[in-house]
Amino acid sequence: MATRHDTAALPSGKGGAAPARPTARKASDPVDERRRARLSRRWQRDVRWSPYAFIAPFFLLFLAFGLFPLLYTGWASLHQVELTAPTDMNWVGLRNYTRLFDDEFFWNAAQNTLTIGIISTVPQLLMAMGLAHILNYKLRASTFYRVVMLAPYATSIAAASLVFVLLFGYDYGMVNWALSSVGIDHIDWQNDKWPSQIAVSTIVIWRWTGYNALIYLAAMQAVPQDLYESAALDGANRFQQFFHVTLPQLRPTILFTAVVSTIGASQLFGEPLLFDASKGASGGAEHQFQTLGLYLYEQGWVNQHLGRASAIAWTMFLILLVIGVINYVISRRLRASQ
Amino acid sequence: MTTTTLTAPAKPDAEKPRRTRRSRAARAGGQMHGGPLAYTVLALFTIGSLFPLVWTAIAASRDNNRLAQTPPPFWFGSNLPHNIEVAWKDANLGKAFLNTTIVAGVSALTIVFLSTLAGFAFAKLRFKGRNALMLVVIGTMMVPPQLSVIPLYMMVAKLDWTDQLQAVILPSLVSAFGVFFMRQYLLQALPDEIIEAARVDGASSWRVVWHVVFPTARPAMAVLGMLMFVQAWNDFLWPFLVLTQTGNPTVQVAIAGLGRGYTPDQSLIMAGALLGTLPLLLVFAIFGKQIVGGIMQGAVKG
Repeated sequence: MATRHDTAALPSGKGGAAPARPTARKASDPVDERRRARLSRRWQRDVRWSPYAFIAPFFLLFLAFGLFPLLYTGWASLHQVELTAPTDMNWVGLRNYTRLFDDEFFWNAAQNTLTIGIISTVPQLLMAMGLAHILNYKLRASTFYRVVMLAPYATSIAAASLVFVLLFGYDYGMVNWALSSVGIDHIDWQNDKWPSQIAVSTIVIWRWTGYNALIYLAAMQAVPQDLYESAALDGANRFQQFFHVTLPQLRPTILFTAVVSTIGASQLFGEPLLFDASKGASGGAEHQFQTLGLYLYEQGWVNQHLGRASAIAWTMFLILLVIGVINYVISRRLRASQ
Repeated sequence: MTTTTLTAPAKPDAEKPRRTRRSRAARAGGQMHGGPLAYTVLALFTIGSLFPLVWTAIAASRDNNRLAQTPPPFWFGSNLPHNIEVAWKDANLGKAFLNTTIVAGVSALTIVFLSTLAGFAFAKLRFKGRNALMLVVIGTMMVPPQLSVIPLYMMVAKLDWTDQLQAVILPSLVSAFGVFFMRQYLLQALPDEIIEAARVDGASSWRVVWHVVFPTARPAMAVLGMLMFVQAWNDFLWPFLVLTQTGNPTVQVAIAGLGRGYTPDQSLIMAGALLGTLPLLLVFAIFGKQIVGGIMQGAVKG
């Protein structure tokens, strides 16, 4: 970063009279000069330490409520801890992890998280891209459309999930009614595996498509106009321009949204919890749409094994680290290839 | 990590310079006029976005019997006042609104204030370890807070803070996104010369912050405040974990409680969902343009 700032040129000797630096005023009066030197020392201290004072509150909060809990989760995952007595910790080594490894519900949840993640992320980002492309046209009432696309984002997970439960209802739901009016039998959106995963994904897609479209739109507007002009001069039509100019320019943004959506998908909790609330936290009668986030809650707060829940949390953390590393490698490749 | 920059503050569309070469630009893809097809697709997306919300209101205005009939209702009934009244009482929504307003307000104000300070330091001041610490901030954005709930819950249990608002508020005050957002804004919006000029006049760092940084950052602070308010208002997992008794819920916990009742009355649930969503929809209707601009400004380019 090339931000020029006065501290950059802070003189190493005393009496640097830094405040005078930018204009380099001549200071001839000796009294004035002494006063200036005193002020300058205070000024130097101020310049040196105030940045730390400015960032300290954030980092203190981060240490207390971000970093420490994250690390302590790792520590707790090596213990047997019960919800009823969270301060009683018995060392069990890696047993929580080996148990997870043999736990079919864990693997089931991991699999569901992956499939729901794919079903919700891929169509979401594709639609967002198409929507952004259209929003990038010159439109009447363009602000109106942008705000409307954000309305689902303003809706909470709880409210959205409860509405979709009704819409996806077996007997009286709007979706099945619409399907039956075109001759398709009722689908059991809550109890069948794939329909339930699609339904849960629909909630996610509904809430986030507009938001991602705005992110893509911002990136599209930042694409230099002359790239399009020279492509047009070379005879590229609109489609070719989209695929050969817009998409390559958007690659970092696409990667970013993919990572953020993946992280979001791995954390999915409220939607599957509320999609069949009568079944508690099991994610459907047969755990057919139980995600890792929901399984963590079930282990910790329903079965009251906080130690095992911690092991799930740390496993998720490790998965995210892997995703982060992959993201880093890909984005470096991207930059190298440009 | 992708490097990130803010799109130009204050004028998101930059419409004017383009207009002069409109004919060429129109041919060249960037700013084509939308045709009928574009408007059709937009209409579909608009319906898709709004339909579940409108239908929430329709269902909230009916009763449970009507919702257990086919075909489902497509227009409003007359039961809305009654449902709202019952849902308000059953879900303790009065208390919930008060609580959520406090939580979201304190959270948003604190985050905006602290993020502006830290964002200013990262954008405009030089200090040892700046780049490394900024990397920590960016890395933090990638770690979802949900992974930390277990120790946080232990802390809350130990302090006997279950069902108390500070248990919800304190962990929500950390926002790496806020720091990042303010840094990106101040990098572009605050010229170094102004800071230097204030320095020449002998202003201390605090005076620079009060008299230069805060006035400059005000638009971004407003947007960040709204985004954080929305986030805190809609936050579900953590409040759900620590506010277990029905006596002191946030709006989201209260609504979810309606849905988890043993004999769920769907029209009541929808009335609760509608009430819980309306305040934010109003905020979006009024400040939509600013929020859209804020999200687009915070967007990551290349």
